Amino acid sequence: MNRRLLSGNEAIARGAYEAGVEVATGYPGTPSSEILETLAARYGDEVYAEWSANEKVALDAAAGAAYAGRRTLVTTKQVGMNVLADSLMYLVYTGLEAGVVLVTADDPGMFSSQNEQDNRWYARLAKLPILEPADSQEAKDYVSLAMDLSERFDTPVLVRTTMRVSHSKSLVRCAEPQRPTREPGPFPRNQQKYVCTAMWAKLRHPVVEQRLRDLAAYAEGCPANRAEMRARRLGIVASGVTYAYVREVFPEASVFKLGMSYPLPAAALRAFAGDVDRLVVAEELDPFLEEQLRALGLTVTGKELFPPCGELLPGDLLEFAAQGGLLAAEDVPRPQVSVPAGLPSRIPVLCPGCPHRSTYYHLSRMKMPVAGDIGCYNLGCLPPFNAQHTMGCMGASIGVLHGMSIAGTPEKAVATIGDSTFFHSGLAPLANMVHNRSRGVVILMDNATTAMTGHQDHPGTDWALHGRGAARVELEPLVRALGVDNVRTVDAFDMHEVKEGLDECLAYDGPSVLITRGPCIHVSKDVRAAYRVDEEACIACGTCFRLGCPAIVKAEAVHPKTGRAKSDIDPTLCVGCDMCRQVCPVGAIHAPEEGEDDR
Amino acid sequence: MKDKLDFLVAGVGGQGTVLASDILAEVGAAAGYDVKKSDVLGLAVRGGSVLSHVRWGREVASPVGRRGTMDYLVAFEPLEALRGAEYLSSEGVALLDDQTVPPVSVSSGTASYPSWDEIRAVLGRAARQVFVVGAAAEARRLGVARAGNVVLLGAFSALLEIPLSVWEDVVRARVPAKYAEANLNAFRAGRGLMRKGNR
Repeated sequence: MNRRLLSGNEAIARGAYEAGVEVATGYPGTPSSEILETLAARYGDEVYAEWSANEKVALDAAAGAAYAGRRTLVTTKQVGMNVLADSLMYLVYTGLEAGVVLVTADDPGMFSSQNEQDNRWYARLAKLPILEPADSQEAKDYVSLAMDLSERFDTPVLVRTTMRVSHSKSLVRCAEPQRPTREPGPFPRNQQKYVCTAMWAKLRHPVVEQRLRDLAAYAEGCPANRAEMRARRLGIVASGVTYAYVREVFPEASVFKLGMSYPLPAAALRAFAGDVDRLVVAEELDPFLEEQLRALGLTVTGKELFPPCGELLPGDLLEFAAQGGLLAAEDVPRPQVSVPAGLPSRIPVLCPGCPHRSTYYHLSRMKMPVAGDIGCYNLGCLPPFNAQHTMGCMGASIGVLHGMSIAGTPEKAVATIGDSTFFHSGLAPLANMVHNRSRGVVILMDNATTAMTGHQDHPGTDWALHGRGAARVELEPLVRALGVDNVRTVDAFDMHEVKEGLDECLAYDGPSVLITRGPCIHVSKDVRAAYRVDEEACIACGTCFRLGCPAIVKAEAVHPKTGRAKSDIDPTLCVGCDMCRQVCPVGAIHAPEEGEDDR
Repeated sequence: MKDKLDFLVAGVGGQGTVLASDILAEVGAAAGYDVKKSDVLGLAVRGGSVLSHVRWGREVASPVGRRGTMDYLVAFEPLEALRGAEYLSSEGVALLDDQTVPPVSVSSGTASYPSWDEIRAVLGRAARQVFVVGAAAEARRLGVARAGNVVLLGAFSALLEIPLSVWEDVVRARVPAKYAEANLNAFRAGRGLMRKGNR
């Protein structure tokens, strides 16, 4: 069969299809989102793919489907593992009836994440096997291997990619899919296995420990692990994409490739260590392999050479290896030039037509503390707004706002949270605010999608990934039912209404919710004719620049008295959202007249 | 046929950089190479910097190349060409579109865009040869403003020893069927830009 150019995430989707996955769940998060999207788009007739409300719900649903006899796949970005960890712990104890493969896409280099956590530790913590593919072919093949191990050893199996594996493309040879032919039978009533009450969980723990020993024995002959003997002078242990980098930078070195990086094949690694003069472990982020190799009593160099922060790209590997004396300095290629200092960067900005802009425009002017959350609206922390003062993880904003209230912060404060994030983990902290008689305004920014990760559905949308119909959960009755008495909904594109709503909610003595409603421009596709600036009328006051809209640019014309540049609008970027017209104090911005649009 | 070729494709979100680098990877595969590629997208896909590594070889290990070693830099935007220049080897060749896309920091007046003198000086030091073409302008002239990426790719194709039919087959397969002819025209027009000695 021909080889296809697939990204790691597309290859995982293909692997899941080939491995007979029938149920796939997850919560969107870069760099993992394309796995479920590919499954739904290419194999949606045979695979049920769902964006669940959060990662924990996704894994619980997978557990239920696997207990019922369906092979399942769960996807998450690295920080989503923290959300589903509670469920992972029980699933390792119970085991399953059909396989569960859990894919975590880690983000060394933090291209789109709040931390750089190394999810390989979860394999040790939860006591389950972990596979780490190096490229798209392995990404596909390891899903099948993981499914096989899951059913053979009665355990969920973790497949860990990184951004470089998920988002790189390489050639993949596909296999014939092994699609299931059986419908599941009655649900098992095996309480001692599937009810983790203490008396029965106690019986399961030794099973988990024995399983780990069995997996360690299996690891010795696992086809994903292999010693590649070349020169004996240097032996390098590596897993995941770092293996590919090692092959690139040290083509002469012997390499122990760990496709399965927990539990380790102790005997094979000891033999490899004995066959080389010097043992080095090259790994991105934490010394996960290094510490285990040391525990085997092996002498190994790792983090002394390669730092735990950021990616360990081939160039970095080369540089650090030369610094540590593994290579000669002249082996490091020197670029002819370096990137010139002070090049203007392309910092991310809210898109033209973004509904979040009005909220941050006002919050920036009102100068109050803002507890922020995860989503496009996190850009509210950047200039020109600088209007977000905390941001930690999904759903944290409301709890942090509550904490400010408990602490007796003398200022009035708000939290900003998007609709998808609110469904993900905002409900419990809001109920907590109500129950404990907290104060503060929760601004629920409802743009009708999970925008930042690529416009996925969530419980508040009337459509879903699987295309089998979806019911929309309405926000207003939901927050009222949680006990919030003061709920106000405003049009996010109406600057005055947003300000009025904010003022009213801030005046309320208790928790209140302000819903700023306006669809993401990429969902509504409501692109209108570009606005114009009347150059004569513009007084160069700069108010419109405080909207941080990329379509608003400096004109060449300057104000005769102040010498400040007037404003202009880039017609290729403006989508006619009208916010700049509303904030202009002299009415210099207007929609085009009939026939005036020259785009 | 060379044993290995490394390409860096640089552009701004929305310019079709990823599609262009996908096509380049597919062309390598069609020509019989092993290929790998890696895209680095800035935090904001729209308007952010995009840097794609594309690697052809007998057997490619890493999807990412190293500074000072890559053979070609294909840039859809001059500022992004500067960001990628350090990856070129001393024998490297750069091809860039002359159309600038100023970042927000420039259009809002808080930063300035590098001058053409600086751009030419840096690229001149980085590469053995530098070609500047008006691909985006050519695309607008053809009435397919969004196909500037395909025009530039067409221009680039003139620098490689890959049969035109291989390029055209991949372009046809990778763009929506109803725009196939328009894109092939854009590709050929780009190839023509290099023949005209527009260097």
